[in-house]
Amino acid sequence: MQLIALVATLLLLSAVGFHLGRRRAAARSAAADRRPHSLPVYYGSYVALWSGLPALVVLLGWLAFEPLVVRSLVVDSLPLVARELPPERLGLLMNDVRNLAAGVVTSRDVDPEMAAAAETYLRLKRLGAVAVAVLSLAAAIGGLGLALRRVRPDLRARNAVERLVERLLIGASTIAIFTTVGIVLSLLFESIRFFNAVPIHHFLFGLEWSPQTAIRSDQVGSSGAFGAVPLFAGTFLISLIAMAVAMPVGLLSAIYMAEYAPRRMRAIIKPLLEVLAGIPTVVYGFFAALTVAPFLRDAGTMLGLGVSSESALAAGVVMGIMIIPYVSSIADDVITAVPRSLREASLGLGATRSETIRQVVVPAALPGIVGGLLLAVSRAIGETMIVVMAAGMAANLTANPFETVTTVTVQIVTLLVGDQEFDSPKTLAAFALGLVLFLVTLALNVAALQVVKRFREQYD
Amino acid sequence: MIDERTARRLARRHAAERRFKLYGMASVAVALAFLVALLVTIVGKGYTAFAQTGIAVEVSFDAGPVKEGDFAGLVKSALAARFPEVTARNDKRELFGLISSGADRVLRDMVQDDPGLIGQRRVVTLLASDDVDMVFKGHVTAESGRLTARQAEWLASLRQTGAVSLGFNTTFFTAGDSREPELAGVGGAVVGSLFAMVVTLCLAFPLGVSTAVYLEEFAPKNRWTELIEVNINNLAAVPSIVFGLLGLALFLNFLNMPRSAPLVGGLVLTLMSLPVIIIASRAALKAVPPSIREAARGLGASRLQVVTHHVLPLAMPGILTGTIIATAHAIGETAPLLMIGMVAFIVDIPAGFLDPATVLPVQVYLWADSPERAFVERTSAAIMILLAFLAVMNLLAIVLRKKFERRW
Amino acid sequence: MNVASKPALDQATLDDRRLAKVSARDVDVFYGAKQALKSVSIDIRPNEVTALIGPSGCGKSTFLRCLNRMNDLIESCRVAGSIWLDGEDIYTSGLDPVQLRARVGMVFQKPNPFPKTIYDNVAYGPRIHGLARSRAELDEIVMTSLEKAGLIDEVKDRLQEQGTGLSGGQQQRLCIARAIAVSPEVILMDEPCSALDPIATAKVEELIDELRQRFTIVIVTHSMQQAARVSQRTGFFHLGELVECGETEQIFTNPRHKLTQGYITGRFG
Repeated sequence: MQLIALVATLLLLSAVGFHLGRRRAAARSAAADRRPHSLPVYYGSYVALWSGLPALVVLLGWLAFEPLVVRSLVVDSLPLVARELPPERLGLLMNDVRNLAAGVVTSRDVDPEMAAAAETYLRLKRLGAVAVAVLSLAAAIGGLGLALRRVRPDLRARNAVERLVERLLIGASTIAIFTTVGIVLSLLFESIRFFNAVPIHHFLFGLEWSPQTAIRSDQVGSSGAFGAVPLFAGTFLISLIAMAVAMPVGLLSAIYMAEYAPRRMRAIIKPLLEVLAGIPTVVYGFFAALTVAPFLRDAGTMLGLGVSSESALAAGVVMGIMIIPYVSSIADDVITAVPRSLREASLGLGATRSETIRQVVVPAALPGIVGGLLLAVSRAIGETMIVVMAAGMAANLTANPFETVTTVTVQIVTLLVGDQEFDSPKTLAAFALGLVLFLVTLALNVAALQVVKRFREQYD
Repeated sequence: MIDERTARRLARRHAAERRFKLYGMASVAVALAFLVALLVTIVGKGYTAFAQTGIAVEVSFDAGPVKEGDFAGLVKSALAARFPEVTARNDKRELFGLISSGADRVLRDMVQDDPGLIGQRRVVTLLASDDVDMVFKGHVTAESGRLTARQAEWLASLRQTGAVSLGFNTTFFTAGDSREPELAGVGGAVVGSLFAMVVTLCLAFPLGVSTAVYLEEFAPKNRWTELIEVNINNLAAVPSIVFGLLGLALFLNFLNMPRSAPLVGGLVLTLMSLPVIIIASRAALKAVPPSIREAARGLGASRLQVVTHHVLPLAMPGILTGTIIATAHAIGETAPLLMIGMVAFIVDIPAGFLDPATVLPVQVYLWADSPERAFVERTSAAIMILLAFLAVMNLLAIVLRKKFERRW
Repeated sequence: MNVASKPALDQATLDDRRLAKVSARDVDVFYGAKQALKSVSIDIRPNEVTALIGPSGCGKSTFLRCLNRMNDLIESCRVAGSIWLDGEDIYTSGLDPVQLRARVGMVFQKPNPFPKTIYDNVAYGPRIHGLARSRAELDEIVMTSLEKAGLIDEVKDRLQEQGTGLSGGQQQRLCIARAIAVSPEVILMDEPCSALDPIATAKVEELIDELRQRFTIVIVTHSMQQAARVSQRTGFFHLGELVECGETEQIFTNPRHKLTQGYITGRFG
């Protein structure tokens, strides 16, 4: 909450800067008896920006790196024995120190060294808070003063402000790049560590997945238990079921909406279908686990089929429902993008509507439809909550939709939720799975976007 | 006029046409049926959670236990007084099982409000345990539920005297999570969701609009901007769980930010919704006709002035609509938040951006895993609240679009 | 100015409408509440080219699209009055528009070949109507249609190439070949040359003149020269009404209505 006070003060300083800048511009131009280069607003903004931005940079830098710096300083203050602990033990120790400092009871008895470390931690925290306040305020006031001195009628304030704003805009636009770089680096980094423990070909081609046993018998080596093929197969199976539901329903509804439905009906039904896309996936997961899975199990029992209560079928069907609107909205877009003249040509020759749709419209829209289906597949592969809640954990290598299978996303969640052992192959495996997931969906998306783009160019 | 072969062929073609149209209608019907089935299931299972069973018993506020703060003792003696025939220790424990273990809070609050109660007797409606709640609402029969035979007997006797009743379930809206279904509420999760949403909005909106403005109005068409564009389009389709992994690796492991904090959740959701907001904002900016830019440039306005004075105000409804829809989507997101530890069991209602918290969809996930029958009802009710919230946001977006939409 | 001063219209209709190939009486067309055609009566004579001219928005294309019920496809469109084809009302409920369109073909303003091969473009109509019993018969229909459309020499070696790869003029002749392949009785052409360059236009006009031997042709055009070159009869539309109709030569040399005169002399349009 001190932070909020600090930010408020900085904002106030900026506002003061704005006011002073405007006043000074007016006063100086009156004294020099010449028109200022820019409107007074720009002189104000100039001063305000120069006072606010440096302080903001200081503040953000502190926010980002304070925990890191404090941690390393506290670690340095620890006795040598503790410093040479393996990283994960050290992490636990630091957690205890933090908890102790926050006044929370720790898991172990408090020894004097811990108490000292907690003391250091608290002291550093407080010192850091004071330091950042002083530093950022100094930056704000310094910037304000410097900028104010430069305010003269011949200062091209507008140009300066606009240059600065454009830089800020450029900065904002690079965040997308940094996000991608961040994803790639974090996944790659942890995956490489994982592949140091488990050879990559075991991971990609191994047929057995049981990370739990690997932890327990880590002496024997965890290499055999990280074969991800059952996960890939399970993901594939569930996505296949999902597409088997979503593709016909989505495409046919899109065709009906675009070609047959009267305008008023379209106006009602289209938003309703979009509601399906707006429902959170956790709701679908609940629906799948609570209603669909038991229903399928009971139906299976009646028909004499052994349907598992966490069958791939239940998760796949519900995922298919979720994907229907993605398929239908993209298909609707591309079908309506097919020029009217093609339809009229076919109808003018005496073709019925369905003949026109099947033989002219759909073939013409095919690239766009394929692109849309690829996007839908990518969504199915990356979908998490439905499978976490409705599919199982058991890594069965099977093509039987009535059995339980598990998926890449389920395993990522299972491996990372709950008590984690940092740096164990089990935790790192999640990142390796994440990397595979990212690469596969990326490839699908790039392909889909290319196909759709080419389709659009064809009819523009 | 038409020979027979043609006539037959025509009939066949028209039959095919009707069939095809029917397939289309059936597909739409199937999709809508799924929607209806989902909503009916959720509402049908959930609406009862907004009421809560209470048992009225006469409590005597004896000075002794009140002084010691032993309000649970008051509850117990009130029950014992109601069923004097129950004497054995084990039987008593069974009897007390009818009432929620958190029922004493209401007594404490009463005494705090009115100390004059001490020494008096009052009829107080006490919170029933979830097992009683389920039986009374009719979700399970007394036999199939978890009540013992004797408990069912006592409950029947209470019902005969009209002591058991349903009241509005305020706990559900105000409380945080709890192991006891009757004490669990979505209050903490809703507050956590709001905190995360504030962070997301405050970061994603300015950043998204800035990026869109730069790409649409300032950026030269070169390799670099093309790279940014491709990047944004691809990020929009990256699975949300990957953003969770990024958050775990970057914010938690590298920057050492606290686990389970709404701040970190908000940051992850920001990164996730940013591409969507950028794409929507760019579409809104693109829709502003170039003639307006040219007119302003022709009058000597600088590029920034053109944007801030003309283009942005005109594009704002579209940008806001996109932002609201993207934020609504982020609010319903679960998977990435599991990665950054927002899945913890948290009883307290978070008071700040760094307090451990959970969010509404994660709360749904947590409850959905609980075996108690009463949690099924509460999960559905939490989903209803979540859906209502999303519906309001989307309606807001629609109203905004309808009101300010401009066709050029 | 009262447009519907009838004397100019005495040649529009025949005494016995059964002698006409296509006969329209009192045709009104509404788009929602807006009336696009007002009481149009005209007889189209067999094996002639009838040109419909008039300023844009005058309803000539709307009228053309009534003749094969293409207006059915527009939700808000309503047609009143009667149109006969060979003495048979095409707007009776029993009549199948699909069958009608096989008899009354259409060529559109912009060449609109399907994104299929040249062969498949022409074969599309015969295939859906089941006109060929064998592959050889279909080949035959495609080749003769292309020949009649005067395109055969240009495409005979590239029948398996995309129809969209042809030049604009070739595309339009491909569309004509496609229309011919169904062997219709009437061909409606909606400004078929407006998207073509002069040389391509000349070729299409030549083709229209040849096609007159076998088909009845109604052509909408905004070019009066074209109407004068290709048609035997001309109807002049203005603000949704048929103002004057008669032999082309008479319309262009001796228009009887002031509006017609004004239009063909370029005073408005």
